[in-house]
Amino acid sequence: MIWETVRLSLRSIRRNVLRSFLTLLGIVIGVAAVIAMLTIGSGTTEKVKADISKLGSNLLVVRSGRPAGPGGPGGLDQVVRPLAEKDLAALVAHLTGARAISPASQKQVRVIFGTESLTSGVTGTDSAYLDARDWKLVSGRPFSDSETRSGTGVCLIGETVRQQFFGAGDPEGEIIRVNRTSCKIIGLLEPKGYTGFGQDQDNVVLMPLHAYQRRIAGNRDIDNIYIAADDTTPTSELQPRVEDILRDAGRITPDRESDFAIRDMTQIADAMASATTTMTGMLGAVAGVSLLVGGIGIMNIMLVSVTERTREIGIRLAIGAHEKHILIQFLVEATVLSLLGGIIGILIGLALAGLASVTLTIPFAPSPAVILLAVGFSALIGMVFGFFPALRGARLDPIDALRHE
Amino acid sequence: MAAGATLITFDKVWKSYGQGEAKVHALAGVDLAIRRGEFVAIMGPSGSGKSTAMNIIGCLDTPTAGTYSFMGIDAGRLDRNRRAMLRNLYVGFVFQGYNLLARTTAAENVELPLIYRGVAARERRDLAMQALAQVGLVGREHHTPAELSGGQQQRVAIARAIVTRPTLLVADEPTGNLDTARTHEIMELLTQLNTKLGLTIAMVTHEADVAGYAERTIRFIDGHVASDSKNLEVA
Ligand SMILES: Nc1ncnc2c1ncn2[C@@H]1O[C@H](COP(=O)(O)OP(=O)(O)OP(=O)(O)O)[C@@H](O)[C@H]1O
Ligand SMILES: [Mg+2]
Repeated sequence: MIWETVRLSLRSIRRNVLRSFLTLLGIVIGVAAVIAMLTIGSGTTEKVKADISKLGSNLLVVRSGRPAGPGGPGGLDQVVRPLAEKDLAALVAHLTGARAISPASQKQVRVIFGTESLTSGVTGTDSAYLDARDWKLVSGRPFSDSETRSGTGVCLIGETVRQQFFGAGDPEGEIIRVNRTSCKIIGLLEPKGYTGFGQDQDNVVLMPLHAYQRRIAGNRDIDNIYIAADDTTPTSELQPRVEDILRDAGRITPDRESDFAIRDMTQIADAMASATTTMTGMLGAVAGVSLLVGGIGIMNIMLVSVTERTREIGIRLAIGAHEKHILIQFLVEATVLSLLGGIIGILIGLALAGLASVTLTIPFAPSPAVILLAVGFSALIGMVFGFFPALRGARLDPIDALRHE
Repeated sequence: MAAGATLITFDKVWKSYGQGEAKVHALAGVDLAIRRGEFVAIMGPSGSGKSTAMNIIGCLDTPTAGTYSFMGIDAGRLDRNRRAMLRNLYVGFVFQGYNLLARTTAAENVELPLIYRGVAARERRDLAMQALAQVGLVGREHHTPAELSGGQQQRVAIARAIVTRPTLLVADEPTGNLDTARTHEIMELLTQLNTKLGLTIAMVTHEADVAGYAERTIRFIDGHVASDSKNLEVA
C-alpha cells in the first residue's frame, strides 16, 4: 500500500513537472546552502588546522614581553628585557622533554642578486631551527655548528627567493647580498606554500644567528626561541618547565611577573579550529532558516495541490478511499517532493563546495553525517509541512469534493 | 430479471439543509424499497431531491432523520470510513461528468478502486482489462480521458464502477452529457450488466426514453415520492 502510494505520488509529481520543480526550489536552495556552507566550513577548518600545523605542531614560541592578558603585553612604563644568549643556554642546559630548541630573530630585509632584488623575511638562527620548525631541505646542507658559532656568511633560501633570482636553476654556491652583507647559499628549503593568513612561507632566508646579529640587527638580542616538544611530552607539560627555567635565568623574584611570553601553537591551532567550527555552525544555522522557508513553500504548494485536486479527492473517496488513504497519499507526495528537493540540493551544494574548494584552495571535505542529516531533515520537512494540507484533503466531504469545479 | 430480496430501504428519510427560515428539505419523509437485481430509474424536476436520494443510496451521504438501510445494515448511522468501506465493497458510481482522473490512463482509472481494496498489482491489471473488455473498450486501455470521446469516457467510468463486482450501481444522469446514439449505446450496456450480472441499478435521468430501459420508474417531486410504477415492456 505504501509502495503503491509512493508510486502514485511519483506519477503525480511527474505529471506536474514544472510545478513540482517550483515546489522543490525552496528545499533545493535551502539544502544546497546548508550543504555548501557546512562542507566549505569543514574544509576551511581543515585548512586552518593544516596551516597551523605548518607553523609547527607541538611547538612553544617564547618571546620577550609580558604574557598577553588584561592590559596587553608589556607595560608602557616597563622596560622589556629582550631574550638573550643566556636564556637559550639555560633552556638547552636544563629543559627536558624538548626535541629541539632554537633561537630566531627576524626582519624584513632587501635581498639582492645581480640586478634583481626582493624583500624577504630574513631569520638568524641555528642548525636546530629546521628540526624545531619541522622544515626540510630539498638540496644542500644545514649550517654546521662551527658556522653557527662563528657567524659565517652562509644561508639557506626558500623557493620564492630561488625563483626570483635563479628561475629553475641551481642556487647552491651562489652569493647573494643581504642588507649589504654577502652570503653564500648552501641549501634550498622545501616549498611550504602560503599560510592561511596569506603569508608566503617560501620567501625566506635563513642565516646563522651570530651573522644576523652582527651584520643585520646590530645587536645581540634574540626575538624568539622555538621549542619543539618530543613525541611523549605534551606542550602543556613543557610550558611550565620553560617558564621556570626562564624565570630562574632572568632572576625574576616570585612577586614579579614574567618578562617573556610563551605561546603554545597547539592551543592556538585548537582555538582557531574551534572558531572556524563555530563559524561554520552559525552559517549552517542561517542556511537552515532557508530550509524552513522551503518547508513553508512545500506547505503552500500542497495546499494549492489539495484545492486543485479536490475533485480527484472526491472521486477517490467515492470509490472507497479512507481518510487515511488520502492523508497518506498527500503526505507521501509532500515527503517525496521534499526528499527529491533535498537530494538535488545535496548535489548542488556539493558541487558549489567543490567549486569553492578549487577557488579558495581549501580541501573538499564532504561529511557523510551532514549529508544523511540533510536527507532526513528534508524528508521531515515534507512530512511536517505536508501534514496540514494532507489532513485538509482527507477531511473533505466526498459530495462537496465531487461537486467542486 | 426477477427481483430478489430487498437491498435498499428508505424509512421516512429526511434530508434537510440550512437553519430556521432558510431551511430546505431536499428529502421530506421518503419511503422506498429497491430489491436486488432491479433496474430503477429515478425521475423528477430539477431540485426535487433525486441526487440527494442517490447520494444516500450510494452511502456517500446520510439522512438527517429516518433510517436508510443497505443490505440490512443501518448505513445512515455508520461513520465515514465504514461507509467508505461499504462503497468500496458493494457500490459502483457513474456520474454525469464521468469523473475520471485526468492524465491517468483508462486502465489506471479502472484499477483505482482495487488499490483501496488492497488487490495486488498483477491481479488489478487483469481485473481492469476484463472490466474494460466488458464495456467494449479493448485497445483503449492506455488512453487518457483527454484522448477518449465522451461515450468512451463514460464506458471507462462504468468499467471502474463494475471492476469490484459491486452489488449496486448508482448512476446520476449517466447519459446527461451524451448525444442520442451514444446514450442508447450506454443504456444497452447498463441493461446488459443488469441482466447478465444481476447488477442492481439505480439511475437518475431526465429523459423518458432513457428511463424506458429500466424496469421501474420512481418520480420525485419536492422531496416526496410522487409515483412509483413498473415500466410497461416496450418492444
Ligand atoms: N449541500 C446543499 N446545501 C444546501 N442545499 C442543498 C444542498 N444540496 C442540495 N440542496 C438542495 O436540495 C434540493 C435538492 O437537490 P438535488 O441536488 O437533490 O436535486 P436534483 O433533483 O438532483 O436536481 P437536478 O435535476 O437539477 O440535479 C435543492 O433545492 C438543492 O438546492
Ligand atoms: Mg441532480
